[in-house]
Amino acid sequence: MGAGHGHKLHFHGHSVVHRAPAHLKLVGLVAFMLAVVATPSDVYAVFAGWTALLLIVVAASQVPPTYLARRMVVEVPFVVFALLLPFIATGPRTELLGLTVSEAGLVAAAGLLMKGTLGVLAALTLAATTEPDDVLRGLQRLRVPDPLVQIMGFMIRYLDVVTGEMGRMLTAMRSRGYDPRSPRHWPVLARALGALFIRSYERGERVHLAMLSRGYTGTLPR
Amino acid sequence: MSTPVLDVRGLAYAYPDGHQALYGVDLHVHRGESVALLGPNGAGKTTLVLHLNGILTAGAGSVAVSGLPVTKENFQEIRRRVGIVFQDPDDQLFLGTVRQDVAFGPANLGLRGSALERRVMESLDKVGMADFADRPPHHLSFGQRRRVAVATVLAMEPEILVLDEPSSNLDPASRRELAEILRSIDVTLLMVTHDLPYALELCPRSVVLGDGIVVADGATYDVLTDDDLMRAHRLELPFGFDPRLVGNLPA
Repeated sequence: MGAGHGHKLHFHGHSVVHRAPAHLKLVGLVAFMLAVVATPSDVYAVFAGWTALLLIVVAASQVPPTYLARRMVVEVPFVVFALLLPFIATGPRTELLGLTVSEAGLVAAAGLLMKGTLGVLAALTLAATTEPDDVLRGLQRLRVPDPLVQIMGFMIRYLDVVTGEMGRMLTAMRSRGYDPRSPRHWPVLARALGALFIRSYERGERVHLAMLSRGYTGTLPR
Repeated sequence: MSTPVLDVRGLAYAYPDGHQALYGVDLHVHRGESVALLGPNGAGKTTLVLHLNGILTAGAGSVAVSGLPVTKENFQEIRRRVGIVFQDPDDQLFLGTVRQDVAFGPANLGLRGSALERRVMESLDKVGMADFADRPPHHLSFGQRRRVAVATVLAMEPEILVLDEPSSNLDPASRRELAEILRSIDVTLLMVTHDLPYALELCPRSVVLGDGIVVADGATYDVLTDDDLMRAHRLELPFGFDPRLVGNLPA
């Protein structure tokens, strides 16, 4: 109910990047991602170039770097994996800070870190400068099939409703002595997620009925 | 008498799993009437409502809206004539702004441009939500969302407005505001509810559904003061409420 105004990833502003057409930003993001992923892991000069390019865009967007930095925690699992790579990879060994690590693993870890960080930062920049609705309109303009755009629209609309429902279920469970951190209680959590899935599925059916009742025939009006 | 807005004859329905919900319902609602559809949970009220615009198809019997039978080829026109406001506004409001949500129905009917815009603003005016046209629906209070849900259906200019539990989850002030709105709209009304004082307040006539058939059809006051009928069908007045102190609405 008490959802904050605007989306959690969006940073309100009027910069050049905010005002740029959404479909151009989407194409730019995908092209940038593909280019970054296609760059060989050991050509560091090119990565410096990509980083500089991205930082220019971030600076132009006037989104505070701390705002983006805080949201980059989603990358943490990949960082952990990247840090483990040099230790678990095989091949010739080399010395680093007094530790013996795999050479190939080190290169792979550096590549993973750089590519991952660039990708996450670029995606966050798009999210911070573009309202979800504009992303959808951008996708439409890019001729993405209408059913896909509609599904994404519903996902955005009902994300808050479903997470709210999950939150209320967890509160109700905690009130009855449930501790989500205790592994002994994890089976219950699995069942609760199952119940959430069924509820969301049923809500989907009710939404569809409500749409049919207002003459829905398969396309959303623009 | 003229053609009833709603003409349900011998309607029976069993769900695909074999559970029979309706056993032959007869119901006529005439233009300008306000009718409450009462009954305990599981009596088949919602099942009946879903037949009125062809979401469910009758196993036996028929439904007609202003003379037009509810059949597949008439669905578009039937769904314009019968406006259903569902219980949970989150099921009904699924677009980015209030304006888009209210425009959804009339746009499906082919309305465009300034005619569409006018229809949207008129409907929002009727429920007192015109100032919220550009807000996302999920940022509104529950009572406001319920009112917008009513506007989304009014925008289709229905001949009959069907409300499923309109007062559920509303605080007393929102409940009263909604009652004022419903009274101010000039439309035939069918209201499914457990809220018996609300039925007495808004609907001169009540129909009681019990175990899939109509067990009573008469003045709301007479229904609510028929203690045997009330007890037999699990209908109970809230503590301290006595319809005898209120009286019936003039029909």
